[in-house]
Amino acid sequence: MSNAPLLEMRNIQKDFFGNQVLTDINLTLREGEVLGLCGENGAGKSTLMKILFGMDVIRETGGFGGEILLNGEKVEFATPFEALAAGIGMVHQEFSLIPGFTATENILLNREPQKHSVLSEVFGERLNTLNRKEMDVRSAAAIERMGVHIDADMTISSMPVGHKQFTEIARELSKEQLKLLILDEPTAVLTEKEAEALLESIRNMSKRGIAIIFITHRLHEILAVCNKVVVMRDGRVVQDVPAAETSVSEITRNMVGRSVETGGNTREVRDVSGLRTMMSIRKLWVDMPSELVRGVDLDIKEGEILGIGGLAGQGKLGIPNGIMGMYEAGGTVILDGEEIPLGHPRKCLDASMAFVSEDRRGVGLLLDESLEWNVSFAAMQIQNKYLKKLFGGLFTWRNERAIREVTEKYVDELAIKCTSTKQKAKELSGGNQQKICLAKAFALEPKFLFASEPTRGIDVGAKALVLEALRKFNRESGVTVVMISSELEELRSICDRIAIVSGGRISGILPATASSEEFGMLMVSQVV
Amino acid sequence: MLEKKDNNFNSPSKLNDELKSTITPAAAPSKLQMREMGPLRAMAASFGLPRLIIASFLLLMFIVAPFVGNDFWTQISNVINRFSWNAILVLAMVPMIHSGCGLNFGLPLGIISGLLGATLSIELGFTGPGSFLAAIAIATPIAIVLGGGYGWLLNRIKGGEMMIATYVGFSSVSFMCMMWLLLPYHSPTMVWGFAGKGLRTTISLEGFYSEVLANFLAIRVGENFKIPTGTLLFIALMAFLMWAFLHTKTGTAMTAVGSNPTFAKAAGVNVDRMRLLSVVISTWLGALGILVYEQGFGFIQLYNAPFYMALPTVSAILIGGASVNKASIANVVIGTFLFQGMVTMTPTVMNSVIHMDMSEVIRVIVSQGMILYALTRKTEGGGR
Repeated sequence: MSNAPLLEMRNIQKDFFGNQVLTDINLTLREGEVLGLCGENGAGKSTLMKILFGMDVIRETGGFGGEILLNGEKVEFATPFEALAAGIGMVHQEFSLIPGFTATENILLNREPQKHSVLSEVFGERLNTLNRKEMDVRSAAAIERMGVHIDADMTISSMPVGHKQFTEIARELSKEQLKLLILDEPTAVLTEKEAEALLESIRNMSKRGIAIIFITHRLHEILAVCNKVVVMRDGRVVQDVPAAETSVSEITRNMVGRSVETGGNTREVRDVSGLRTMMSIRKLWVDMPSELVRGVDLDIKEGEILGIGGLAGQGKLGIPNGIMGMYEAGGTVILDGEEIPLGHPRKCLDASMAFVSEDRRGVGLLLDESLEWNVSFAAMQIQNKYLKKLFGGLFTWRNERAIREVTEKYVDELAIKCTSTKQKAKELSGGNQQKICLAKAFALEPKFLFASEPTRGIDVGAKALVLEALRKFNRESGVTVVMISSELEELRSICDRIAIVSGGRISGILPATASSEEFGMLMVSQVV
Repeated sequence: MLEKKDNNFNSPSKLNDELKSTITPAAAPSKLQMREMGPLRAMAASFGLPRLIIASFLLLMFIVAPFVGNDFWTQISNVINRFSWNAILVLAMVPMIHSGCGLNFGLPLGIISGLLGATLSIELGFTGPGSFLAAIAIATPIAIVLGGGYGWLLNRIKGGEMMIATYVGFSSVSFMCMMWLLLPYHSPTMVWGFAGKGLRTTISLEGFYSEVLANFLAIRVGENFKIPTGTLLFIALMAFLMWAFLHTKTGTAMTAVGSNPTFAKAAGVNVDRMRLLSVVISTWLGALGILVYEQGFGFIQLYNAPFYMALPTVSAILIGGASVNKASIANVVIGTFLFQGMVTMTPTVMNSVIHMDMSEVIRVIVSQGMILYALTRKTEGGGR
């Protein structure tokens, strides 16, 4: 093996229709090195990886400038298949798994070990049967190499989201020729424990000589596993240093070009024990796949921000989804002295509750409709807002102007980046989509808000804005907020109290100032 | 290595969206792209290339027609007439597309409601324009009941609506084939002459409501040119009502249900009720549509006739630029005009060119070809 680095990218340039998105990117990566790539959404990380991976979209939009060298030789991948053949693997932010297949089948899809049979001898290889035993062995080996246990026989559709991510990684690991693995925000959907396991498996892979490009918004993870850190901002590399020589605050500063308050240390934590109970939940059970709630008793005080944390799959997401009627549920929920019937989203909304779903694209948004529709729809349907009456009340008509005004108001307030309020929701970036989801809930002017994973998969800057918006909403409008998140730090930065869910039950409620160890103990106390 | 395939090929649009959002969150790429393309191509892209090709072909037919001995004005008049017969039927597709129930292949159910209205109106002794109003009045409750049942069924098989709808349409037509014979109709204008019972396959509307709408304010120029103003006004009224409905609170909810049912559910909308409502409206418009068709055509066609109504209607709206879950009034108008124009003009012109009576063969080839084409294309122009 020569001394040439495994991967070298020189002077990479890319523009989309005259809009320069990458300028003079230079990267080098040696065997076994772990490179942490960070930057805000829109900084150009994904485009850079698409260029490296030979995605069609790059060629369709006019190709790119500069060159890519693999082991000292210039390469240009026309399709992702060539990149795969050259030993580059990629785990995408969005899953590409077949829901009805098991983990093993997905890991080895189209590369299954096969058995010859009489039929295949006669009619050719296509009639070979799968060698299930060998498949089990290989997928077990790949899972083993990853160092995180997942059930190889479970179908993807019934897996919690974290396990789907691990299945994707195991699939890349099961390839023999893998030399370079790109992980695009693999930990965004993982709980802290799972993320920790992933970091460990990154270290293992790197020991085996696999180079890794690790894209993440969780900066401490980068410092924990990476050899070097590359920070991008506005299509340029603004920092390229060994990980040992930098810090989270320095990276953050470089990413956003300004200093972001990490928060959490200086703020007040209000004592809520004297406040009136706003909602009391008794014996709540929710049948949400992989987020079963088995019996939750919880009192939520008026005007507080209550955090609900816990490991993935323990049921923290089931609580808001069950109460808001998205999944079958039972038990009693009393809001302001009135019982809320479960299983009726309409009744909850009528009772002045609102819900920001963790499933932005599936539940939270009308992707194909305008921002105006997304923001105004719920308030229009529930509270008859933004309607005008025609012919003496014979018809109720959409009041397009009122709809535009309210949307513009929230676009300003939440600093949503969009070309106009008529833009389709699917065209926005994740962070901005999330803000639209918040705007939708705010437009209902609720007195009680469930925000389920409001910061999942969005960048640092957007995250701070979303949390600030929630805090402001709580402080200024006196709205009781229940925020569910897998990131404890995030909960601690905004909540007054934090309830930890474990095994489908509340294992304890602590003030936000309690130590991480105490929370950690609660998280694992009743794990099932 | 194929497992990466679904990443790259299954969802090119997803990738594009991702790109748009990550690269240029503040600029609209589609507009950028259009600017790059220049005004002509941008216009073509926004109108949809296939629609442009069909429109040009139709235009070519109009130009060629006089040279091969067809009277130009007769042809224009024909196309406008065919448009006026069919537009309401095509409009009936809109509500179900909006609510996410897909294309209404079960249109024959609505048509049967209309046929029952028509025949009962005559049986009960209504004549002249009154028989048209009576037919609508009788067809309405039938359409609501049948549409209700049909909607209830579609709510139980979410995801497979179009398949089930096709069979609902077919089986209802077959069932009615028996009923037309067995129902105790007695009106001498409708029953078989010798037997004195059982309805004829074709019933003339002369003296009933033949051309009641078409003759209202009709514009006649010479012998061969006539614009059925009344029918066009009626179509405009129905289209306006549909447009207005889609702008009401309920209409908005219906569109949201089609766009993302889970979102609608989370926003407190009763998804099943919206879908049911859309099916009922669709069925009722189907009933109304066939009555308008009959008044223009001058005959009631029974038995197997409704079989062949759904596919051309579906094709028309698809050619108009609608997709399986997005449709606008413009899609209806453009699609009906293009489709009916093609199936009217092509056989006539071809016949004159080759001097042989091939019209039926050519009509079948053209109309089925259009259907095939329409069903294979998804969403260019207008749609999304």
